[in-house]
Amino acid sequence: MQFDKPATTNPIDQLKVVGQPIHRIDGELKTTGRAMYAYEWHDANLPYVYGYPVGAAIAKGRITAMDVSAAKRAPGVLAVVTTLDVGRREKGKFNTVNLFGGDEIQHYHQAIAVVVAETFEQARAAAGLVKVEYAEERGAFDLREAMAGAAKPDDSQEPDTAVGNFEAAFKAAAVTLEQSYETPDQSHAMMEPHASLAAWNGEELTVWTSSQMIDWWRSDLATTLGVDKEKIHLMSPFIGGGFGGKLFLRSDAVLAAFGAKAASRPVKVALPRPFIMNNTTHRPATIQRIRIGAGRDGRITAIAHESWSGDQPGGQLETAASQTRLLYAGADRMTAMRLATLHLPEGNAMRAPGEAPGLMALEIAMDEMAEKLGMDPIEFRIVNDTQVDPEKPERPFSHRDLVGCLKLGADRFGWSGRERPGARREGNWMIGMGVAAAFRNNLVLPSGARVRLDSQGVVTVETDMTDIGTGSYTIIAQTAAEMMGIGMNKVAVHLGDSRFPVSAGSGGQFGANSSTSGVYAACVKLREAVAAKLGFNSADVVFENGEVRSGNRSVPLAEAAGADGLVGEDKIEWGDLTKTHQQSTFGAHFVEVGVDIATGESRIRRMLAVCAAGRILNPITARSQVIGAMTMGAGGALSEELAVDTRRGFFVNHDLAGYEVAVHADIPHQDVIFMDETDPMSSPMKAKGVGELGLCGVSAAIANAIYNASGVRVRHYPITLDKLIGGLPQLADMSDAYRSRA
Amino acid sequence: MRAFTYERASSVEAAANAASSNRQSKFIAGGTNLLDLMKLEIETPTHLIDVNGLGLDTIEPTAEGGLRIGALVRNTDLAAHETVRRDYGLLSRALVAGASGQLRNVATTAGNLLQRTRCPYFYDTNQPCNKRQPGSGCSAIGGFSRQHAVVGVSDACIATHPSDMAIAMRALDAVVETVKPDGSHHAIPIADFHRLPGETPHIETVLEQGELITAVVLPPPVGGRQIYRKVRDRASYAFAIVSVGAVIQLDGTGRVAVGGVAHKPWRVEGADAELSRGARSAASALFADARPTEQNRFKIDLVERTLGAVIAEARG
Amino acid sequence: MNHTTKVSFTVNGASRDLDLDNRTTLLDALREHLHLTGTKKGCDHGQCGACTVMVDGRRVNSCLTLAVMHEGDRIATIEGLGEPGNLHPMQAAFVKHDGFQCGYCTPGQICSSVAVLEEIRANIPSHVTGDLTTQTQITEAEIRERMSGNLCRCGAYSNIVDAIVEVAGTKA
Repeated sequence: MQFDKPATTNPIDQLKVVGQPIHRIDGELKTTGRAMYAYEWHDANLPYVYGYPVGAAIAKGRITAMDVSAAKRAPGVLAVVTTLDVGRREKGKFNTVNLFGGDEIQHYHQAIAVVVAETFEQARAAAGLVKVEYAEERGAFDLREAMAGAAKPDDSQEPDTAVGNFEAAFKAAAVTLEQSYETPDQSHAMMEPHASLAAWNGEELTVWTSSQMIDWWRSDLATTLGVDKEKIHLMSPFIGGGFGGKLFLRSDAVLAAFGAKAASRPVKVALPRPFIMNNTTHRPATIQRIRIGAGRDGRITAIAHESWSGDQPGGQLETAASQTRLLYAGADRMTAMRLATLHLPEGNAMRAPGEAPGLMALEIAMDEMAEKLGMDPIEFRIVNDTQVDPEKPERPFSHRDLVGCLKLGADRFGWSGRERPGARREGNWMIGMGVAAAFRNNLVLPSGARVRLDSQGVVTVETDMTDIGTGSYTIIAQTAAEMMGIGMNKVAVHLGDSRFPVSAGSGGQFGANSSTSGVYAACVKLREAVAAKLGFNSADVVFENGEVRSGNRSVPLAEAAGADGLVGEDKIEWGDLTKTHQQSTFGAHFVEVGVDIATGESRIRRMLAVCAAGRILNPITARSQVIGAMTMGAGGALSEELAVDTRRGFFVNHDLAGYEVAVHADIPHQDVIFMDETDPMSSPMKAKGVGELGLCGVSAAIANAIYNASGVRVRHYPITLDKLIGGLPQLADMSDAYRSRA
Repeated sequence: MRAFTYERASSVEAAANAASSNRQSKFIAGGTNLLDLMKLEIETPTHLIDVNGLGLDTIEPTAEGGLRIGALVRNTDLAAHETVRRDYGLLSRALVAGASGQLRNVATTAGNLLQRTRCPYFYDTNQPCNKRQPGSGCSAIGGFSRQHAVVGVSDACIATHPSDMAIAMRALDAVVETVKPDGSHHAIPIADFHRLPGETPHIETVLEQGELITAVVLPPPVGGRQIYRKVRDRASYAFAIVSVGAVIQLDGTGRVAVGGVAHKPWRVEGADAELSRGARSAASALFADARPTEQNRFKIDLVERTLGAVIAEARG
Repeated sequence: MNHTTKVSFTVNGASRDLDLDNRTTLLDALREHLHLTGTKKGCDHGQCGACTVMVDGRRVNSCLTLAVMHEGDRIATIEGLGEPGNLHPMQAAFVKHDGFQCGYCTPGQICSSVAVLEEIRANIPSHVTGDLTTQTQITEAEIRERMSGNLCRCGAYSNIVDAIVEVAGTKA
C-alpha cells in the first residue's frame, strides 16, 4: 500500500479497539517470568555450550601476538576463536567500527576473542587466560581538544543550513544571548545485556538474539560472516530494552556464530555488564554554541545553533542542532555541525539522537533568553511559534500544537505559582519550576506484515517487527482487531522472526506508526480476500462482531476463512507527504525540583509532560513510553555521564554502579497528558511516534527548574552538586533553613 | 572467576586454622563484595571457607553496658535491632543508607568493614592499580578522580573506603574482636583497624592471614543527637560522594567521622574538639592535610557544608 | 578437595539436588541448571536487582551468592509466585498499572515488591524512615527508597509504585 494522500475515514476511526486503554497482551508472560529472552532458549535439541568474550585492553593500536594455549588447555574448553583467526571481515553496513576480526584495535574492549567451554564458569575462567601483546598507538580521546580539527561531514549528513544573514541580524538585535553548553557521553544501559545463541545446521545458521531491527541484523551478520543472508534465521521475540543500543548488529551475535562454528555446538554469548559500555555504542558527547537575537517584543530575529561531536573515522554526527531548524521562528538563522575524530568506542544512535542532546542545550538557552527579555519562558516560546518550516516557509507542518501543550501544561502544573530564582524555600530545600518544549520529528519507514485468518476465526499477525518494551504486541493486535472487527482474544501476534515480512523495526519512534500501518495494509488485503471469497462487493463490506456483512448478507469470519484459511500480506510504503509537509511531534515538559541548600543535591518533586503526537494508539503503553523517557531524561539531567579517561581512551565508569541511571527514589509520581488529535498526513493510523518525544526537552526542564530553585545556571550536564555548591548561599545562612525543617 | 575448593567451617578455630594453612584462602560470609571481585579476577582465592555456620550472628549486651555485635549479623538485622535503633541511631542510619535492601539482607557486619574500594580503576584489570597489582601505578591520579580521596592519600593510591557502616562505627569508637589461627583473641580499636594507603595500598587492614573477625563491640551509648548524612548524585543505591556521621550533644560538643574522603573512615580528634565552634572550624581540622585532585577538591567544601547542615539539624 | 560440591535446597517448594562447580552462583544454578529463567541476569555484580529472589523469606541478589552456600535453604522465584491465568496479586497489579515495559527487570521488581511490604510490616527501617523507635508506615517514599535496588531503564518506576501501593492497600 502506497500512502501518498492524506488519510480519509477508514476502519481504524471506529476506535472500538485502537485508542482504547488495553493492557499488554504479553503482560502475564512478563510478570510471571515466562517471556523468553535470547539467552534463555533451551530445549533438548539444543545442546548449547557457553561463549565468553575477551576485549581489547588498549584503546588504539594493533595486536602483535596472542597466546591462547593456556585457555585452550583449561578445563571444559572446546574452542577459542581469536580476531586474528577470523581475520579482517567485511563490515556490516550499519557498523562504524569492526565488531570482530583482524589485528587492528579501534577502541577499548573491542572484541578480540571468544572462548567456548562446556559451562559458563569454565568459559569465563579460560577467557582470563588469553594473553595478548599490543603495539599501542596514540589516539584522540578529548572532544574539547579535538574540536579545533573537527571537519564538516559530507552533505548526506546535512551538517549546515542557513537562511538570510544571521550575523547581521544577530548584531542588530536589541537583546542577544550567546552561550555554550555541554552534554556528556551517555550509555543506553538497557537491562538485558546483549546476548545471542547461535546454532549451525550445515551452512544454515539460526540465531536467537536481542535485536531492535531483525532485517538490519540479518543483513549485517551475513556480511560479517560472509554467508548468504537467506541462510540465516534470526529470532528476537522478547528484547530486554534497547534504546538504540540494539539497532545495529553487535559482537555477541558475531562471537556466538564464530564460536558455534569452531566448537561444532550451539553457543550462547552474553556481553558481561562491565564490557558493554566500551564494547558497544553510546550517545556521543556534544559541545554546543547557541546564539539568539530578539526584539524587545520577544520575537526572535536571529538564531544560530552550532554543535561539535566526535566519532570514530567513518562515523556520524550527533545531530544536536537539527531541531533548531524547525522549532522556533526567526527570519535569519543558521545551523552548523562538525565532526571530530575520536578513538573512543563507536558513537551512534541512542533514544532521540540529535534532539535529546540538542534540546538539552537549546531549551536552556530559551529559558536564559526569556529571562533576558523579562518574559515568562512559556510566553516567549508561544510568541516564537511557527506553523511552517522556518527554513522553507512553503512547507507547513502537517499538524503542530506546541502552543496548546504549553498552555494546557501551565494550567495543570500550576505554573503561575512559579517564583523568581532562589525565592522559594521549604526548610533546607530551595524549590523551583522549569519548563521546556519537546520536539521530535515523525519518521516513517516501510513496514510489512502478513495476516492469516483461520477456520476458528482467529487472526494471526506475522511481522518481523520487534517489541522492545514499547507495546508492539498489543498495538498490533489492536490494529488487527479493529480492522477485522474481532475481539482482542481472537488475535495472535508473532513478532521478531526473520521468516516474517520485513517491518520498520523499533527505532527513531517510527516503530508504532509504521508497523501498525503495515498491519493495516495487510488487513486491507485480507478484507479484500474475505470479500472476494464470499463474492461481496468490497466497497460496502463491514467487518464487525466477528462477522463480515454486505447488504443483508452476514457470514462469520471463521466460516468465510474455511478449512484452508485466508491470508493477506502487504507493506506500507510512503509517498512524499513527509516532503510536502513537515511532520513532527510536540510537547511540553514541566518539572519541579528541590535543591538542598547545603549539599546541592537536586531531587525532582513533580513531573508533567503534555504531548501532541497524533492519534494515541493505546494510552496505557504510550503513557509508559513517555514516563520512561522522562525517567531517562532525569538521569541525563542529574547523574548520567560516561567518564572519559583522556589518557587511556576509554569510559572509566563502565558498569551500573559507576554509570548512575535514575533509581526509584529519584522519580516522583509522573503525569502525562496527550492532546486529543489526529494527523491524517502521517499514516492511515493517523498516529505519530511518542517514545522519544518524552525524552526530548525533559533534561532542560530539570536544568531550568534547578536554576529557578537555586539561582545557579549550569550549562554542563549532568547537573551534579559539585557544579552547584559554589553558587549556593554561604554556610552561615544555613542554620535557619535547617531549624525550620519539618 | 578462578576455580576454588570450598568448605563449610564448623568452628571459629577450625576456620582460622584452615585459613592459616592456605595463604590463598579466603573466608566467605555474605560474599556480596568478594564474589563481585572474584568474577573480575581481582580476588583469586583458591579456597573458600564458608563461615556462615559459625553462629556469630547474635547481638548481646556487654557487661560494660555496650553491645557485642556478632561478625555474621546481617546489615538488615543490625539496623533493625531495637537497642541499636534506640541507643546507636547513627549506626542504624548509616546501615540503611548503604547498598540496597537485597544486599543488606546478606551483607555481614565483618564483611562490611572489609569492603574494598570502588575505585573504577581498581575494578578494571586492564588498568594499572597499586592496590590490585602493587607497583603497577595509580591510574586514578591524573585520571577520573571525582569520587576519590582528598585526605590521607599517598602517591601510590587515592582510593576511598566505601562503607557507610564503618563511618558510624568509627564515630562510636567500636572495637573489632578477632581470633588468630593460634587461638588467641584480640581487640582492635576501629581507629587502628583500617590503614592509610602509604606505599602499600594493597594492605587495607591490620588483620593477619587467617585472622577472623568474630564480633564488633560498641561502648556504652553516648546519647546526643545522632545524624548520618550521606551525599550522593542519585537519591539511593549509590556510594557516598561524602558522608558525615556525627553525635552532637546538647552543649554543642560531639564527635564526627567522615566517609568518601579517605582510605579509611576519617576522624580527627582535633575536629571533634572544634565541633562546638561550628562546621568551618571542624572541617579545617579534618582537612588540614588534604591533598585533593582538581576533580574532587569540591569535597572539602561539601563536607563543610554538610557538616554545617548536620550541626544545624542537631540544634534544631 | 574438590572443585564441585553437592548441594540440596528447595525451589518454589520442590527439592532440588545439584552437584555444582563451586563457582556457580545461585542465579546461574536457577537459570542454567534448573532452567528457571524468570530470574534475570542484568549485571551479575549486584548493581541492578534483576536477579532478586527470596531465600528463606528474604530478598537477595542471587548473582552475588554461591549456590553451594544454600544447603537446606528455601528459595522462591518469580515462577513460584504465580503463573499465567493465576497471577499473584502483585503480578496482577503490575499488569494493571503497566509497571514494566521490556519486562527484563520485572521479575526482580515483583519479588522485591512483595518483600518490601513484608519488610515494612516487620518494622525494618529504611533510609527515609522518620522515627526509628516507632512502627514504620507504608508510604510512597518508603516504597521508592526500598525499591531503589531494582533498576528499570524503561523507567516504569511511577507505575510500579502505583502497583505496590494498590497491593499494600488491599492487604493492609
